[in-house]
Amino acid sequence: MTSDYVKLIALALIAVLAAIGADWGRDLAYQVHALLIMAVAAGMFVWVLRNTDEPPRSGVDANGYMDDVVRAGVIATGFWGIVGFLVGTFIAFQLAFPALNFEWAQPYGNFGRLRPLHTSAVIFAFGGNALIMSSFYIVQRTCATRLWGGNLRWFVFWGYQLFIVLAATGYLLGATQSKEYAEPEWYVDIWLTIVWVAYLVIYMGTLIKRREKHIYVANWFFLSFIVTVAMLHLINNLSLPVSIFGSKSVQLFSGVQDAMTQWWYGHNAVGFFLTAGFLGMMYYFVPKQAGRPVFSYKLSIIHFWALIFLYIWAGPHHLHYTALPDWASTLGMVFSIILWMPSWGGMINGLMTLNGAWDKLRTDPIIRMMVISLAFYGMSTFEGPMMSIRAVNSLSHYTDWTIGHVHSGVLGWNGMITFAALYFLTPKLWGRAQMHSMAAINWHFWLATIGIVLYAASMWVTGIMEGLMWREVDSQGFLVNSFADTVSAKFPMYVVRGLGGVMYLAGALIMIWNMWMTIRGGAKVTAPVGVPAE
Amino acid sequence: MSDNQNTPAPKKGFLARHAMIERSATMLMVLSLGVVTIGGIVEIAPLFYLENTIEKVEGMRPYTPLELTGREIYVREGCYTCHSQMIRPMRDEVDRYGHYSLAAESMYDHPHQWGSKRTGPDLARVGGRYSDGWQVDHLMDPQSVVPESIMPKYAFLARTPIEATYVQDLVETHRAVGVPYSDEMVENAAVDFNAQSDPDSDYDGLLERYPDAQVRNFDSQPGITEMDALVAYLQMLGTLVDFSTFTPDASR
Repeated sequence: MTSDYVKLIALALIAVLAAIGADWGRDLAYQVHALLIMAVAAGMFVWVLRNTDEPPRSGVDANGYMDDVVRAGVIATGFWGIVGFLVGTFIAFQLAFPALNFEWAQPYGNFGRLRPLHTSAVIFAFGGNALIMSSFYIVQRTCATRLWGGNLRWFVFWGYQLFIVLAATGYLLGATQSKEYAEPEWYVDIWLTIVWVAYLVIYMGTLIKRREKHIYVANWFFLSFIVTVAMLHLINNLSLPVSIFGSKSVQLFSGVQDAMTQWWYGHNAVGFFLTAGFLGMMYYFVPKQAGRPVFSYKLSIIHFWALIFLYIWAGPHHLHYTALPDWASTLGMVFSIILWMPSWGGMINGLMTLNGAWDKLRTDPIIRMMVISLAFYGMSTFEGPMMSIRAVNSLSHYTDWTIGHVHSGVLGWNGMITFAALYFLTPKLWGRAQMHSMAAINWHFWLATIGIVLYAASMWVTGIMEGLMWREVDSQGFLVNSFADTVSAKFPMYVVRGLGGVMYLAGALIMIWNMWMTIRGGAKVTAPVGVPAE
Repeated sequence: MSDNQNTPAPKKGFLARHAMIERSATMLMVLSLGVVTIGGIVEIAPLFYLENTIEKVEGMRPYTPLELTGREIYVREGCYTCHSQMIRPMRDEVDRYGHYSLAAESMYDHPHQWGSKRTGPDLARVGGRYSDGWQVDHLMDPQSVVPESIMPKYAFLARTPIEATYVQDLVETHRAVGVPYSDEMVENAAVDFNAQSDPDSDYDGLLERYPDAQVRNFDSQPGITEMDALVAYLQMLGTLVDFSTFTPDASR
């Protein structure tokens, strides 16, 4: 086929250009990345060559859906989850025991380089893969059609994994633009943009050729997540490379404008990546697992539009009392507080879906995971608006309280709903009756829940403690504590936090074992006859 | 619930109108994109034209090539993950760190380094607070000078020599995004880079171009290392603005 020859020429060109880049590269990260891209292009060249003039594989399962990419996504989600939790637990212990910043690993293993690795691994690698794979699964079912775009789905899947590898190795080798949750350098950003547009194209294509009259609510959330993340990514990463042969770039915006743009992005990475997208998951998996329809259709309409409209405004609450003008941070605070309502709208809609099925809480550990995830969602979307109030923020900002807040949200809400989705999908995608071990799911549930409680509680204690210690003055009006005093006071709580992380990681490892046993073991059950697609 | 759960469409009213959106993927996409653009436009765009966003102050100048290189190292090592550079106008912070930070002080920061977490202390005004020797010792082995510290060691900085090869490109790129580097500053970037860490050099040109630049052998060893650059950056942080001529704007 001619398209194969075009591919071969393109891959050969990429490999040659990457080789030139590796040779002329100005810094280590750039050179390593060029070599990596060269190796990938060469590998793909061989692969395409071997498959030239072979009949194309359809990739369609017996049930009529394209689930191969979803299976790959399930595995990738599990893998990156373990990587992200492991790095997180390690850096938590680095803060308790600084000797873990090993001298021989300097500078690659220092906290400052590992921290972005942790955040990106959990948000973008674990969360991102969970979102992509579950959206591909859900959009096919709720539109009663196959994914649009044929092999483009594999471009999105592997392209996204390449983005993760480039970002992660970049941080270790010192390529970062220092914007939190948007650290990857310019060429990695460009690559992600291409992959993301392909994702949007597949998603829109599938929605357009759907055979259902209405677009199901889960898809509203996924679509707005994809579109908004594209907008945020483009604007927050506007930068000028110093040279096309180096990883370094200079941001277009500076100072106060850059800070505002950064937190407009940063807060909506939470709002759209970790909230809207995951609500899309919730709106499919919770009703499915409970066997009940969504509680309120009206509520889902109202809270969808309110949530996406309001979230965008909340960013400046990260910049209270800074050099950002007051009018902006006031706007951010007001909208953050209003945001509490649509957030709880989502939680109520999810929890009330269990109406008439509450008894399943006793028998179904997957339902239990969904309920606890919604509970944590409700808790952190109450805590967030509270922390956005100026008076509270003056104490909580810059402290561990913020870290605890984020983790009760991501470990509780995003983590738990993803685990539930993985437990839901693994048996279905590999044609098994159910997960290998229900008892293991129970263990996972309790380990994760207790781990989160330890994490959040210890961070409340250290956060509020250090906030109070920083501002404590004696009767003469002098500061009581040196900064170093507050650091040493936090030690016991840092150990508790690390143990919470160990428990959460242990639960996830049990899940991986359980998934492995489900996929490998047991006889296949005949796949339930689904809606025939096309 | 079936896979294709759909609520029967009501005949009229709010739900019927919303059903139109639910039936068109394009409309859903366009409307949701429209809704999410508003907040950003209202909050970000005015910061570029409202005149009181950045205070008028005296003393701000672009970073010298060596300071700029030090800043690159600060960014590369992820210092911002534990140190803020933004002092809030509260009694304890002003007591501990100095005058609260002004927007003007980070106007040449592409990107900003305000930070979001104080695992370590704020660094917005760390310049001149400690000697070069203390800074070097601290970076080599933080626990040797602050026993309670949990900061990693950065001894490799002193072992990593740097050259001025690409510094002109870096300065030029900063000029391209709006930092007021003059032609002279760009042309002399490499010269200034080498002069700042060598007190025996001819650094008059450097001081003319960058008033109050500090010229010292920051790490007290021959040659220019990453340690020189980083300490040069740390030692100028927060030292530029002349607060004797600053009057706060109450309307801001």
